[in-house]
Amino acid sequence: MSTPHPALPRKRPEFRNIHAVRDLPSYRLPPAGWVSILHRISGALMFVLLPFIIWMFDTSISSEYSFARFSSAFNNGMGLVPAAGIKLVALALIWAYLHHLIAGLRHLYMDVQHAVSKEFGRSSALVTLGLSLGLTAILGAKLFGLY
Amino acid sequence: MSVNFGSKRIVVGAHYGLRDWLAQRVTATLMALFTAVVLLQVLLVRGPIGYAAWAGIFVPQWMKSLTFAVIVALTYHVWVGMRDIWMDYIKPLGLRLSLQVATIVWLVACAGWSIQVLWRV
Repeated sequence: MSTPHPALPRKRPEFRNIHAVRDLPSYRLPPAGWVSILHRISGALMFVLLPFIIWMFDTSISSEYSFARFSSAFNNGMGLVPAAGIKLVALALIWAYLHHLIAGLRHLYMDVQHAVSKEFGRSSALVTLGLSLGLTAILGAKLFGLY
Repeated sequence: MSVNFGSKRIVVGAHYGLRDWLAQRVTATLMALFTAVVLLQVLLVRGPIGYAAWAGIFVPQWMKSLTFAVIVALTYHVWVGMRDIWMDYIKPLGLRLSLQVATIVWLVACAGWSIQVLWRV
Protein backbone atom coordinates (compact mmCIF):
# COMPACT_ATOMS: atom_id res chain seq x y z
CA MET A 1 0.00 0.00 0.00
CA SER A 2 1.37 3.36 -0.96
CA THR A 3 0.71 6.32 1.27
CA PRO A 4 -0.27 9.64 -0.35
CA HIS A 5 2.19 12.54 -0.13
CA PRO A 6 0.17 15.73 -0.11
CA ALA A 7 3.25 17.89 0.55
CA LEU A 8 5.10 16.78 -2.58
CA PRO A 9 5.15 19.43 -5.33
CA ARG A 10 3.50 18.81 -8.65
CA LYS A 11 5.65 16.57 -10.80
CA ARG A 12 7.27 18.54 -13.63
CA PRO A 13 8.65 17.05 -16.82
CA GLU A 14 12.40 16.58 -16.62
CA PHE A 15 14.59 17.07 -19.69
CA ARG A 16 18.08 15.59 -19.96
CA ASN A 17 18.92 15.04 -23.63
CA ILE A 18 16.42 16.93 -25.74
CA HIS A 19 15.00 14.96 -28.64
CA ALA A 20 14.31 17.30 -31.54
CA VAL A 21 11.10 15.62 -32.71
CA ARG A 22 9.69 14.32 -29.42
CA ASP A 23 10.55 17.16 -27.01
CA LEU A 24 10.98 20.41 -28.91
CA PRO A 25 7.28 21.07 -29.73
CA SER A 26 6.37 21.01 -26.02
CA TYR A 27 9.63 22.49 -24.72
CA ARG A 28 8.99 25.93 -23.26
CA LEU A 29 11.95 28.29 -23.32
CA PRO A 30 12.22 31.31 -20.99
CA PRO A 31 12.78 34.70 -22.77
CA ALA A 32 16.53 34.53 -22.14
CA GLY A 33 16.53 31.12 -23.83
CA TRP A 34 14.78 32.57 -26.89
CA VAL A 35 17.31 35.39 -27.10
CA SER A 36 20.12 32.85 -26.84
CA ILE A 37 18.96 30.46 -29.56
CA LEU A 38 17.92 33.36 -31.83
CA HIS A 39 21.41 34.86 -31.34
CA ARG A 40 22.81 31.65 -32.78
CA ILE A 41 20.23 31.38 -35.58
CA SER A 42 20.67 35.03 -36.61
CA GLY A 43 24.44 34.59 -36.68
CA ALA A 44 24.23 31.46 -38.82
CA LEU A 45 21.76 33.20 -41.15
CA MET A 46 24.13 36.11 -41.73
CA PHE A 47 26.97 33.63 -42.34
CA VAL A 48 24.91 31.85 -45.00
CA LEU A 49 23.86 35.14 -46.63
CA LEU A 50 27.39 36.57 -46.65
CA PRO A 51 27.65 36.46 -50.49
CA PHE A 52 24.38 38.44 -50.78
CA ILE A 53 25.68 41.02 -48.29
CA ILE A 54 28.94 41.46 -50.22
CA TRP A 55 27.00 41.55 -53.50
CA MET A 56 24.95 44.46 -52.11
CA PHE A 57 28.16 46.21 -50.95
CA ASP A 58 29.76 45.56 -54.37
CA THR A 59 26.92 46.75 -56.62
CA SER A 60 25.89 49.70 -54.44
CA ILE A 61 29.39 51.15 -54.19
CA SER A 62 31.39 50.26 -57.32
CA SER A 63 29.91 52.73 -59.85
CA GLU A 64 26.85 54.75 -60.82
CA TYR A 65 26.06 51.99 -63.30
CA SER A 66 26.20 49.17 -60.75
CA PHE A 67 24.27 51.33 -58.27
CA ALA A 68 21.45 51.48 -60.81
CA ARG A 69 21.51 47.67 -61.04
CA PHE A 70 21.37 47.54 -57.20
CA SER A 71 18.30 49.82 -57.07
CA SER A 72 16.68 47.97 -59.95
CA ALA A 73 17.01 44.63 -58.11
CA PHE A 74 14.98 46.10 -55.23
CA ASN A 75 12.45 47.82 -57.49
CA ASN A 76 12.00 45.41 -60.42
CA GLY A 77 13.55 42.16 -59.23
CA MET A 78 16.54 40.37 -60.69
CA GLY A 79 16.45 37.39 -63.05
CA LEU A 80 13.75 35.02 -61.84
CA VAL A 81 13.61 36.57 -58.35
CA PRO A 82 10.86 39.21 -57.91
CA ALA A 83 11.58 42.45 -56.06
CA ALA A 84 9.52 41.27 -53.09
CA GLY A 85 11.76 38.20 -52.75
CA ILE A 86 14.90 40.32 -52.59
CA LYS A 87 13.22 42.63 -50.09
CA LEU A 88 12.23 39.65 -47.93
CA VAL A 89 15.84 38.42 -47.82
CA ALA A 90 16.96 41.95 -46.95
CA LEU A 91 14.31 42.08 -44.21
CA ALA A 92 15.58 38.77 -42.78
CA LEU A 93 19.07 40.28 -42.74
CA ILE A 94 17.78 43.43 -41.02
CA TRP A 95 16.20 41.32 -38.28
CA ALA A 96 19.26 39.07 -37.95
CA TYR A 97 21.59 42.07 -37.66
CA LEU A 98 19.41 43.91 -35.14
CA HIS A 99 18.86 40.84 -32.98
CA HIS A 100 22.53 39.83 -33.08
CA LEU A 101 23.66 43.39 -32.27
CA ILE A 102 21.24 44.00 -29.40
CA ALA A 103 21.71 40.53 -27.90
CA GLY A 104 25.48 41.07 -28.19
CA LEU A 105 25.27 44.45 -26.43
CA ARG A 106 23.27 42.69 -23.69
CA HIS A 107 26.13 40.21 -23.31
CA LEU A 108 28.71 43.00 -23.14
CA TYR A 109 26.64 44.89 -20.57
CA MET A 110 26.37 41.76 -18.43
CA ASP A 111 30.12 41.14 -18.72
CA VAL A 112 30.94 44.68 -17.62
CA GLN A 113 28.29 45.03 -14.92
CA HIS A 114 28.39 41.42 -13.68
CA ALA A 115 24.60 41.64 -13.92
CA VAL A 116 23.71 37.97 -13.86
CA SER A 117 20.60 37.96 -11.64
CA LYS A 118 17.62 35.92 -12.76
CA GLU A 119 15.40 39.02 -12.88
CA PHE A 120 17.84 41.03 -14.99
CA GLY A 121 18.28 38.09 -17.35
CA ARG A 122 14.54 37.98 -17.93
CA SER A 123 13.87 41.72 -18.22
CA SER A 124 16.85 42.39 -20.50
CA ALA A 125 15.83 39.45 -22.69
CA LEU A 126 12.34 40.91 -23.10
CA VAL A 127 13.84 44.32 -23.95
CA THR A 128 16.10 42.65 -26.55
CA LEU A 129 13.20 40.83 -28.21
CA GLY A 130 10.96 43.93 -28.14
CA LEU A 131 13.61 46.28 -29.54
CA SER A 132 14.82 43.98 -32.32
CA LEU A 133 11.32 43.01 -33.48
CA GLY A 134 10.02 46.58 -33.16
CA LEU A 135 12.89 48.10 -35.15
CA THR A 136 12.58 45.31 -37.74
CA ALA A 137 8.88 46.17 -38.16
CA ILE A 138 9.65 49.89 -38.56
CA LEU A 139 12.46 49.34 -41.08
CA GLY A 140 10.49 46.60 -42.85
CA ALA A 141 7.55 48.97 -43.35
CA LYS A 142 9.98 51.49 -44.88
CA LEU A 143 11.56 48.80 -47.08
CA PHE A 144 8.17 47.74 -48.46
CA GLY A 145 7.13 51.35 -49.00
CA LEU A 146 4.37 51.57 -46.39
CA TYR A 147 5.49 55.12 -45.49
CA MET B 1 34.47 10.91 -20.10
CA SER B 2 37.60 10.00 -22.00
CA VAL B 3 40.78 12.02 -21.53
CA ASN B 4 40.81 15.09 -23.78
CA PHE B 5 43.66 17.17 -22.34
CA GLY B 6 47.40 17.29 -22.86
CA SER B 7 48.43 15.26 -25.88
CA LYS B 8 44.90 13.77 -26.01
CA ARG B 9 43.22 17.07 -26.85
CA ILE B 10 40.87 16.72 -29.79
CA VAL B 11 42.19 18.61 -32.77
CA VAL B 12 38.82 20.25 -33.57
CA GLY B 13 38.18 21.48 -30.00
CA ALA B 14 38.13 25.02 -28.64
CA HIS B 15 41.38 26.61 -27.58
CA TYR B 16 40.53 25.91 -23.93
CA GLY B 17 41.10 29.42 -22.73
CA LEU B 18 40.14 33.04 -22.57
CA ARG B 19 41.52 34.07 -25.94
CA ASP B 20 38.55 33.41 -28.22
CA TRP B 21 36.06 34.51 -25.56
CA LEU B 22 37.84 37.87 -25.33
CA ALA B 23 38.43 38.14 -29.10
CA GLN B 24 34.69 37.63 -29.68
CA ARG B 25 33.91 40.62 -27.44
CA VAL B 26 36.66 42.90 -28.78
CA THR B 27 35.69 42.26 -32.42
CA ALA B 28 32.00 42.73 -31.53
CA THR B 29 32.75 46.11 -29.93
CA LEU B 30 34.67 47.25 -33.01
CA MET B 31 31.79 46.22 -35.30
CA ALA B 32 29.22 47.97 -33.07
CA LEU B 33 31.29 51.19 -33.23
CA PHE B 34 31.60 50.84 -37.02
CA THR B 35 27.81 50.48 -37.26
CA ALA B 36 27.42 53.73 -35.33
CA VAL B 37 29.95 55.54 -37.57
CA VAL B 38 28.25 54.43 -40.82
CA LEU B 39 24.75 55.09 -39.47
CA LEU B 40 25.73 58.59 -38.34
CA GLN B 41 27.11 59.46 -41.78
CA VAL B 42 24.02 58.08 -43.54
CA LEU B 43 21.76 60.12 -41.24
CA LEU B 44 23.81 63.27 -41.91
CA VAL B 45 23.05 63.07 -45.66
CA ARG B 46 20.28 65.49 -46.59
CA GLY B 47 17.60 64.31 -48.99
CA PRO B 48 17.51 60.93 -50.74
CA ILE B 49 20.75 58.96 -50.67
CA GLY B 50 22.11 58.49 -54.17
CA TYR B 51 25.30 56.84 -55.38
CA ALA B 52 27.59 59.81 -54.71
CA ALA B 53 26.52 60.24 -51.07
CA TRP B 54 26.67 56.50 -50.31
CA ALA B 55 29.99 55.76 -52.02
CA GLY B 56 31.41 59.02 -50.65
CA ILE B 57 31.26 57.59 -47.13
CA PHE B 58 33.95 55.05 -48.03
CA VAL B 59 36.25 57.42 -49.93
CA PRO B 60 38.38 58.92 -47.06
CA GLN B 61 41.48 56.89 -46.17
CA TRP B 62 40.54 56.69 -42.46
CA MET B 63 37.17 55.15 -43.40
CA LYS B 64 38.89 52.64 -45.70
CA SER B 65 41.30 51.66 -42.92
CA LEU B 66 38.47 51.34 -40.38
CA THR B 67 36.36 49.26 -42.78
CA PHE B 68 39.37 47.06 -43.50
CA ALA B 69 39.88 46.46 -39.75
CA VAL B 70 36.17 45.65 -39.43
CA ILE B 71 36.33 43.10 -42.28
CA VAL B 72 39.22 41.34 -40.51
CA ALA B 73 37.38 41.51 -37.15
CA LEU B 74 34.19 40.17 -38.75
CA THR B 75 36.06 37.27 -40.32
CA TYR B 76 37.52 36.25 -36.96
CA HIS B 77 34.20 36.78 -35.15
CA VAL B 78 32.29 34.59 -37.61
CA TRP B 79 34.98 31.93 -37.39
CA VAL B 80 34.62 31.69 -33.59
CA GLY B 81 30.82 31.63 -33.82
CA MET B 82 30.59 29.07 -36.62
CA ARG B 83 33.18 26.84 -34.95
CA ASP B 84 30.99 26.88 -31.80
CA ILE B 85 28.02 25.74 -33.90
CA TRP B 86 30.01 22.92 -35.54
CA MET B 87 31.38 21.83 -32.15
CA ASP B 88 27.88 21.72 -30.63
CA TYR B 89 26.00 19.87 -33.36
CA ILE B 90 28.49 17.92 -35.49
CA LYS B 91 29.98 15.02 -33.57
CA PRO B 92 31.99 12.94 -36.11
CA LEU B 93 35.49 14.41 -36.03
CA GLY B 94 36.21 13.99 -39.74
CA LEU B 95 33.03 15.77 -40.80
CA ARG B 96 33.56 18.52 -38.21
CA LEU B 97 37.13 19.13 -39.35
CA SER B 98 35.99 19.29 -42.99
CA LEU B 99 33.28 21.83 -42.15
CA GLN B 100 35.73 23.91 -40.12
CA VAL B 101 38.26 23.96 -42.95
CA ALA B 102 35.50 24.84 -45.45
CA THR B 103 34.36 27.67 -43.15
CA ILE B 104 37.86 29.15 -43.01
CA VAL B 105 38.36 28.95 -46.80
CA TRP B 106 34.92 30.49 -47.39
CA LEU B 107 35.48 33.32 -44.88
CA VAL B 108 38.92 34.21 -46.22
CA ALA B 109 37.52 34.23 -49.78
CA CYS B 110 34.65 36.53 -48.72
CA ALA B 111 37.08 38.83 -46.89
CA GLY B 112 39.20 39.08 -50.04
CA TRP B 113 36.18 39.98 -52.14
CA SER B 114 35.02 42.70 -49.71
CA ILE B 115 38.52 44.21 -49.50
CA GLN B 116 38.69 44.32 -53.30
CA VAL B 117 35.32 46.10 -53.41
CA LEU B 118 36.42 48.55 -50.72
CA TRP B 119 39.42 49.76 -52.73
CA ARG B 120 37.39 50.08 -55.90
CA VAL B 121 35.76 53.26 -54.55
